Order: sequence, then structure tokens, then C-alpha cells
Amino acid sequence: MIITKQKKAEDIMKCLEKVERVFIIGCTQCATVCKTGGEDEVRKMKDFLEANGKKVAAAEVWDTPCNLLEVRKRARDSKDELSGSQVLLLMSCGDGAHTVSLGTGMSVVPANDTLFLGQSERAGKFNEVCALCGDCTLFVTGGYCPNALCPKGLQNGPCGGVKDGKCEVSPEIDCGWLLIYNRLRDTGNLDKMKKVLPPKDHSKSVRPRKITVDAVRKRQ
Amino acid sequence: MMTLKEKIKNGKFIVTAEIGPPKGIDVKSQMEEAELLKSRIDAINVTDSQSAVMRLGSLAVSCLLKEKGIEPVYQLTCRDRNRIALQSDALSAAVLGIENILVLTGDHPVRGDHPEAKPVFDLDSVQLIGALRILEAGRDLAGKELKGAPRFCIGAVVNPGADPVEPELIKFEKKINAGAEFFQTQGVYDVEAFAKFAEKVKHFNTCIIAGIILIKSPEMARFMNKNVAGIFVPDGLIEEIEGAADRQQKAAEIAARTIKELKGLVQGVHIMSLGWNKLVPQILDKAGL
Ligand code: SF4
Ligand code: SF4
Repeated sequence: MIITKQKKAEDIMKCLEKVERVFIIGCTQCATVCKTGGEDEVRKMKDFLEANGKKVAAAEVWDTPCNLLEVRKRARDSKDELSGSQVLLLMSCGDGAHTVSLGTGMSVVPANDTLFLGQSERAGKFNEVCALCGDCTLFVTGGYCPNALCPKGLQNGPCGGVKDGKCEVSPEIDCGWLLIYNRLRDTGNLDKMKKVLPPKDHSKSVRPRKITVDAVRKRQ
Repeated sequence: MMTLKEKIKNGKFIVTAEIGPPKGIDVKSQMEEAELLKSRIDAINVTDSQSAVMRLGSLAVSCLLKEKGIEPVYQLTCRDRNRIALQSDALSAAVLGIENILVLTGDHPVRGDHPEAKPVFDLDSVQLIGALRILEAGRDLAGKELKGAPRFCIGAVVNPGADPVEPELIKFEKKINAGAEFFQTQGVYDVEAFAKFAEKVKHFNTCIIAGIILIKSPEMARFMNKNVAGIFVPDGLIEEIEGAADRQQKAAEIAARTIKELKGLVQGVHIMSLGWNKLVPQILDKAGL
């Protein structure tokens, strides 16, 4: 899931400085789970903007702002409200904001900061466990990802900064390499850690990445 | 005169010291320190923006030492350069006559004075050692042929106090297999504990150079115990420095004693004086080196 965090109210207001009429768009999926773009948050945003002198042309939760076809359809359905607004305030991830901008041709203001691809540990607690490197090696590292869990993305074991199981970067972070080591040891797979992993191939993650699923099928 | 590489190979007892480049280009005090150490040490490490604090480059200062007839150990971290820059800098070192490269991961930038910087870590220390050996073989990481191949004496670091020690030992072995010729360790204070580590790694038959960090004050010792991974200063030593009338003398005395006790266990010592390099000659006198 894509993890988002709402921007500070004052930062949102700064982006809307010269704007009178706003269309608020939330998202039924990730942003709803993150409580950054569900029904509740969209309603609160509407109340907040109105209390601060803005006109809210519409406040809707779309399913889903990151889907271009859906966006085009919604844009047709809400044509009048859209033409009655100056900007769209996107309570989604950056992907949603981008896609809505593309599908409507209008200016968007992101209400959220998009943080990471996250695992949902429990309601409201999300962890980054995959860094989307494009070259998954989880089978060698015991199911724990060194690219996401080690702030340096080291491939061949811990650095000298591990202290009491924690990373040198912060006492809040478990050393990713100790997690990997413990798992490999407990499952009798330490020989995997003894093999040198070669430098990562960053050409597999050159941005922007695109993929067409048909092409993948053909290749296989 | 033998080079560090030859001394290591011939089993000579190695003494190295360390200087940190300044923030800026005034290297007067570093050069004075180096001059003072010159006749007593085999080589001087030059740190690479240590603790992720931006400073004058380690390659430039290594070069200045070399001009003075002192053998530098050029410290090269994976923190700030991708594989293109790392290989290129290693070649630059070689063309300037600098053979010794100490490979380190490097601290994360958020711990330094430019926390906003983008961390690089394109290669890790094991991969960088491997890359240097590939350069020596006349190729680069992309497999392209070099016009003129360098020759290096490659060092790495190991932390005997790592807890747990097994992952550290696994990485240590990977560094040896990748081509590390010598190892400088994190600061050692507890010789008994170190002896256990030395026993564990004896069969690797590699050159271990024990780190000696001067204890300048009880506060510093307590700070290191609390914050620095793998460092353990026993209470006895902290009390000793606390009760000393002259802390510099005491720090030198403790260092000399530790070196004496370590002599039979290691192939050398690396003295990190943290600005007290003027004490190094008397430490070596007291340690009988
Ligand atoms: S190796 Fe890590 S970052 Fe790469 S795809 Fe696998 S989990 Fe994600
Ligand atoms: S302490 Fe562990 S997680 Fe942190 S940078 Fe070092 S190896 Fe990575």
C-alpha cells in the first residue's frame, strides 16, 4: 500500500492562497486506510476550507484517483463542478494527484505527502519493508530486505554502527542486517550470508519506470 | 625502505597513526603533527570526512603526506561516491603514488553535519575491496580494459567488540576473500576480551592491527561506552583517568600499557589520538616500540 501523511494545514493554505473555489478529491483505497483521504478526512477538509473563506465546489472520494480510465469517467460525470473550480485538492498519494491532473487537465494541489510503499502492521501503523529496487533478492536475505531495512542499503552484512541491535541512524530502527542474520541463523541458512552479493544493478530502477503487462506475457 | 605492504607481508610489527583533515584548507597543524610522527610510525591514516562531517579530502591530504616522505593510508568510504567515482578516485590515488587504501562503509550522513545530503552507498565495503582488486587485474567493474593497471595495499576494518560477533566475523571473512590485506580494529581497551576475538580469527592468518583510542577524559570514555558500537572502556580505566593529576600523561600511560599487553596478539597497532598526536612518540617509548 502507498503510505501518505497529510501536509500541515498552513502549508495547504499557502498553496491555495489565491484560490477561491476548490474541488476536493479523496481516495477509497490507500489514502482511506492511511486516514488521509477517506470520507471523514474529506468532509473535515471541506469544513476547514469553508471556515477559512474558500468555496468548495465538490468534495468526493474517488475509486480510484490513480486509475486514469476511472479518472476520465469521473471527470465526465462531474464536469460542471470541475469547471466551477480553480484547483483540485488531492487527498490521495502523488500518483493519484498526477493522474487526476492528467485526466482532467486541471491544476492540482496535493494535500498529502507521499512517503513509501508500506506494510500495514496494524490499524494506523505502517512499515517500509520494500524499496522497490526492481531486482528482488529476498530469498538470499531471509525474507528481510536490506535495501529497505538498512538505511545504507548494504548488501553484504552489517556496518560497524550496530549498537544493542539498533541502527546507527536511530535507536528507533532495528538494524536490518541483524534481522537478516537472526533469521538466516534460525533457519539454518547462514551460508547464504557468507556469499558475496555483487553490486546492485541500478539500471533496473532508472526512473520513470513503465511496464505493459502484455509485453511481460509475451516475454514469458 | 620497505613499504607498508612489504612490512605486512614480512610480518613486521606495524605502527600507524591517524590525522583528520581540517574543515577548510589550512593544514598547518596536521602537517606539524605528521612531521612529529614521521620517524616513529610506518604510515598515517587520513580520514575521509570522518563521522560524515564535510572536510578537506583525504586524497589531497594523503598526497601532502606523501610529498613529505610519509606513507599515507588513504581512507575511502562508500558514503559519498558511486562506483564510477570510487574507481576513479582509486586510480587517482594510484597515479599519485598512493598504494594504501583503507576501505570503510562510512557513517550515514544523517549523523554528520550535512544531514540533508543524499546517502550514496552504491557499493558496500566488501564490494569496494573487490572492485579495487578488479582494477589491479587491469579491468574496471564494467569489464572494460584499463590502460595501465594500479597496485594497491588494501585494508579494511573489523570491530572485535561487535555484539553479536558472528555477523561481524562473516563480513570479516568476506572482506578477506575479497582481497583485504590488513585490518585495523575499533578501539581496544579490554585486552582479555580482545584475546578471545584474536583466538577466533587466528586461522585466517591475516594482519590485524589493533586500534588504540586515547582516553582523554572520563566523560569521553562514558560517552563512547554509551554511544559507540563495540567500544567498552572498563570502569577501572575510567577511574584511573578520573583520578589522574595530568590526564595527558595518564592517557599516554594507559595507551602504552594496552599496546604492551596487545603486542603478542596482533601484528600492529593503530593509534587514534584525536588531536593528541604529540603524545604518540612517548606512548611508543613507554610501550617499547
Ligand atoms: S530486494 Fe527489497 S527493495 Fe528490492 S524488490 Fe525485494 S523487497 Fe523490494
Ligand atoms: S546499523 Fe545495521 S541497519 Fe544501520 S546502517 Fe548499519 S548495517 Fe544498516
